[in-house]
Amino acid sequence: MTLSDVKNGLAKQGYVADDRLAMALHLADSLGRPLLLEGPAGVGKTEVAKALAAWRDTRLIRLQCYEGLDASHAIYEWNYQRQLLAIRASEAQGGTSEAQLFSDEYLLKRPLLEAISEDKPPVLLIDEIDRADEEFEAYLLEILSDFQITIPELGTISARVKPIVILTANGTRDLSDALRRRCLYSFLDYPSRDTELAILRARMPKVEERLARQIIGVVQALRKEELEKTPGIAEMLDWAAALSGLGVNDLAKSRDEVQATLVCLLKTAADYDAAPPEVMDRLIGKVA
Amino acid sequence: MQVTRFPSRADGLSDRMSGFIAHLRMNGLRVGPRETGDALAALTAVNATDVRQARQALRAVLAGDSEDWRRFDDLFDAYWFNMGKQRKGAAQTSHVRVQTAKPMIWQQNDQTEKGANSDTDQKATADPRDRSATGIDGKLVATRQADLSRQDLRELLDEQSLLQAEKAAIAIARAIRDRRSRRRKQALRGPALDIRRIQRASLARGGEPIDLFHRARPPRPMKIVALCDVSGSMTVYSRVFLAFLKGLISSGTQADTYLFHTRLMRVTDALRDHDTLRAAGRLSLMAEGFGGGTDISGSLNTFLTGYGARALNGRTIVLILSDGYCSSDPKALGDVLARIRRKARRIVWLNPLKGWRDYQPIAAAMQEAKPYLDAHLPANTLEALAALEPQFRKL
Repeated sequence: MTLSDVKNGLAKQGYVADDRLAMALHLADSLGRPLLLEGPAGVGKTEVAKALAAWRDTRLIRLQCYEGLDASHAIYEWNYQRQLLAIRASEAQGGTSEAQLFSDEYLLKRPLLEAISEDKPPVLLIDEIDRADEEFEAYLLEILSDFQITIPELGTISARVKPIVILTANGTRDLSDALRRRCLYSFLDYPSRDTELAILRARMPKVEERLARQIIGVVQALRKEELEKTPGIAEMLDWAAALSGLGVNDLAKSRDEVQATLVCLLKTAADYDAAPPEVMDRLIGKVA
Repeated sequence: MQVTRFPSRADGLSDRMSGFIAHLRMNGLRVGPRETGDALAALTAVNATDVRQARQALRAVLAGDSEDWRRFDDLFDAYWFNMGKQRKGAAQTSHVRVQTAKPMIWQQNDQTEKGANSDTDQKATADPRDRSATGIDGKLVATRQADLSRQDLRELLDEQSLLQAEKAAIAIARAIRDRRSRRRKQALRGPALDIRRIQRASLARGGEPIDLFHRARPPRPMKIVALCDVSGSMTVYSRVFLAFLKGLISSGTQADTYLFHTRLMRVTDALRDHDTLRAAGRLSLMAEGFGGGTDISGSLNTFLTGYGARALNGRTIVLILSDGYCSSDPKALGDVLARIRRKARRIVWLNPLKGWRDYQPIAAAMQEAKPYLDAHLPANTLEALAALEPQFRKL
């Protein structure tokens, strides 16, 4: 797999990757290292993993992190109920051995264990790792560097094939150095005008060329305003979908629709106040 | 940025690469021998004779966080293209031209690189004003970007006082930060067992207490809201206070900072900006009217109505850095402080004038304000700021 393969493959899935991201993915694949993606919300960090899985035609195993996530939710858990039932049943028949109780049969696989026991390399997405606790990061270290999981009762399980691991973070808290050192790193920023236009074209080929240019122009200009929540790519696509759904051809001629659909772009009351019709007029006037 | 001169001789790529890693380490990236290996492995996976690919591959392997990611281009150019600035002795001549020892494989590679390179060449002469030019032969300092940022910031915050003020701010932040709740709450780990939950969960295990639950006292960190006066009468102190605010922001406490003269501006994000050049730019934009009159009560009112609901709670300490000379009605100041008082935990007034020997709070505004203050402390020098820590411990 070469660098351009990555770009083309993702492009087929409607994901426009810039050179730096494509390079990072290419290296993650060829060196077998996890890739840590950071960047503001809504720039397509999670979407990369989905596009990658769709392109490679493999499973996407997703682990959404949250505060209080622990090993039993992320790695594995013993199925206590079944074990108890097995003990009761076997008492009637004359005893069972401990080895039987702690076998694969009673093991509940959670995303991480699942990812390393697949036969075809899956894409493992560990989403918003910075939301998980620090202890959980420590659990991850063994998995990310050696692709193996140690279960005290069973021994060490090594990966049959290395999964492609993608971690995302957006700075809720600082990640430990140990974790960062095990990962390749890529920072996704808001795309440039041309890239964003390419994204819009890839996702919504039906949107007219002129409208697409206007939409991108306004969104790019909005990002420069002082907003609390800067609109990301996802918001831009929502807005484009809303506008084309309403049959808008030219932003300058359909001011009411623009103002009404701003809810797709601006997600807080303060931001909504910061973009009154006059401001939008100015932004649209620039791009029209 | 610390810059290493590109060695003119080396034993192959690995030697060059370890030089590059050392250069990155000197510039604060956390890389070591393991990364050297990784970097070489990465180069074998790409077309290493293409400088763009090599740059991006190395960036993905060697950058650890967004800060490294942003600086990488400069660091890369500085090493591989020798684009740093050379300093020799104590800058004897103002025309030290840097030799461009571009690695052979990239020499004809891309024209734009070349253009950029020759452009930098002219500017890359030793700058006699460069304060950090302490002169070790063959060591290079600072590309022009780094230099620019330092010069601009010098006008706002000079490094020495920044450091000191930051220290003081961090000490104060530490003094008030670590508060724990008295009540115990359910927690993942903790000193106490949560007997009720253990008992409840044991029902599912036939009465055996297999699942253990814990209780701990959750942290209840204090928040700091700092409002700094930058009007005419405070010009002398505003520089130090800005550094102090920057220290508060970077101390790891939840801090929120505002500047005011006749208007009020939130500067938390501007001060947090890792890009110092942009931070300075944003500050100076906001500082229109720096050194003009003061409208303390009006500004505090704006703060209360605009940000009060979000910024203030029962665990907030409000710091006001001002001399209390105010052009508005002193009575209004008392009123607004009373309202802040109801929402915040403590109000502390840091007054640069109070450090003077015979200071009496005769300014009418201060008289009005006094009943609502939990503390009225001197802050005219950095030493005074540093000495505030024990006072804050008591709050």
